[in-house]
Amino acid sequence: MKYVFFQGCTTPQKENAYELSMRKVAAKLGIELVTLEEQNCCGFFVEPVDHLSATIMAARDLALFDASGLNAVTPCPACYGQLTRVRNELLADKKLFDEVNSALKTVDRKFVGTSEIKHFMTVLIDEVGMEKIKASVVKPLSNLKVAPFYGCHILKPSYEVNTDNPEDPQLLDSLIALTGAKLVDYGEKKLCCGQSVGGVDEELSLNLSKTKLKSIKKAGADVMVTVCPACHMQFDLVAGAKLRDLAIPVLHYTQLLGLAQGLSPSELGLGENRVSTDAILEMIGMV
Amino acid sequence: MVQKAGLLIEEPIRTAKLNAEFKFEIAKVPGGETINHCFQCGKCTASCPIRRFDKRYNPRVIIRATLLGMKDVVLSSPIIWMCATCYSCSERCPQGVRFTDIMRVIRNMAVAEGKVNPFYKKTAEAIIQFGRTFDSPDFINEMRCDLGLPPVTSLDRQEIAKIIGELKVNRSKESLNK
Repeated sequence: MKYVFFQGCTTPQKENAYELSMRKVAAKLGIELVTLEEQNCCGFFVEPVDHLSATIMAARDLALFDASGLNAVTPCPACYGQLTRVRNELLADKKLFDEVNSALKTVDRKFVGTSEIKHFMTVLIDEVGMEKIKASVVKPLSNLKVAPFYGCHILKPSYEVNTDNPEDPQLLDSLIALTGAKLVDYGEKKLCCGQSVGGVDEELSLNLSKTKLKSIKKAGADVMVTVCPACHMQFDLVAGAKLRDLAIPVLHYTQLLGLAQGLSPSELGLGENRVSTDAILEMIGMV
Repeated sequence: MVQKAGLLIEEPIRTAKLNAEFKFEIAKVPGGETINHCFQCGKCTASCPIRRFDKRYNPRVIIRATLLGMKDVVLSSPIIWMCATCYSCSERCPQGVRFTDIMRVIRNMAVAEGKVNPFYKKTAEAIIQFGRTFDSPDFINEMRCDLGLPPVTSLDRQEIAKIIGELKVNRSKESLNK
């Protein structure tokens, strides 16, 4: 299993522990991640301002994947959604395909559509498979009560990404179950983290996070687990500083899996998490 | 003038002041095709997490105003910048209206008229200039080096400006030839 690694912007800027733990877990499972130079922003944040600019930015990344001859994998659901959507659009619309390629030609690039973008979770489920992941677990985290948080873009819009049923998702739940941890169900499981409106209305954004955190606390979870760098940033960095009374430890799924695979907290970058993870490390006997 | 769901509406509504073409302009743009399928059930509003915490925001009313042709009212309203892009409305709409995508079309139209939320403007401009959300990767690479991660990949940012420019010039040439 060999993929080019698409880093995105949020992960290197704010959530390097996500990439670190993803790389460590990938190595354990025999997934080779190839460096791909010249990658740019997928265009997700440009969409609201100018769809055409966002489309060509995504197309340039997709052209890099095509040239590599490999599929790409990213830790970021927003990049995954954006690049999947633009690829679908370019393959369905011949006129747009030609327009985009005539612009890409001026910099000697070409979008063909042979390579796909995958999210790391979809690689785990579809390519690695549950059996192999389960076999890699050497230290079941049976003392830990975990609240799964999907976020929005790994699931929606399902007419573009088609990963799992957004009304009753199981993907992350089943991946967490493999680590031996106990799943905690909670009322606000499907609520958006609020990160994307933070720049427009911070109070509103925090109201979403607050509601979610209260629901998770009430359900008795020790830790929440995310698959999105932006959701992680919202609960670990933003809520960790601004909603201190409610904040709980937030692990990237790859950190949780890595702990169950016997990797050390420092190998998985747990020191980078802003809400202290000491309490959960103690619970699993790693302090 | 009255505030209704974050929109500044003149009452009574006068048909002479409406722009009947607005919904068709939206429907012509990729992503906007489904606008006319709306039958005003309000499931979008009931599903919306932003609406839940800020009663000014109401997807159903934004669609209604759009279908009526209140182009200036919709494009000028700061409320159109509050969508969290969570896609709950699009997932649940019984008519298949993809409101999240429509919201993107509406925002793009507002931008074309110079009406843009400063946060979105700043973010998009920086990305187009730098090719990604950050400028110099030096600081980031220092943090990454401490963790044993490779530096972020190289990027020729001039290339981004060039392809965006090319695509737009080609597009405008084509619309002139129509």
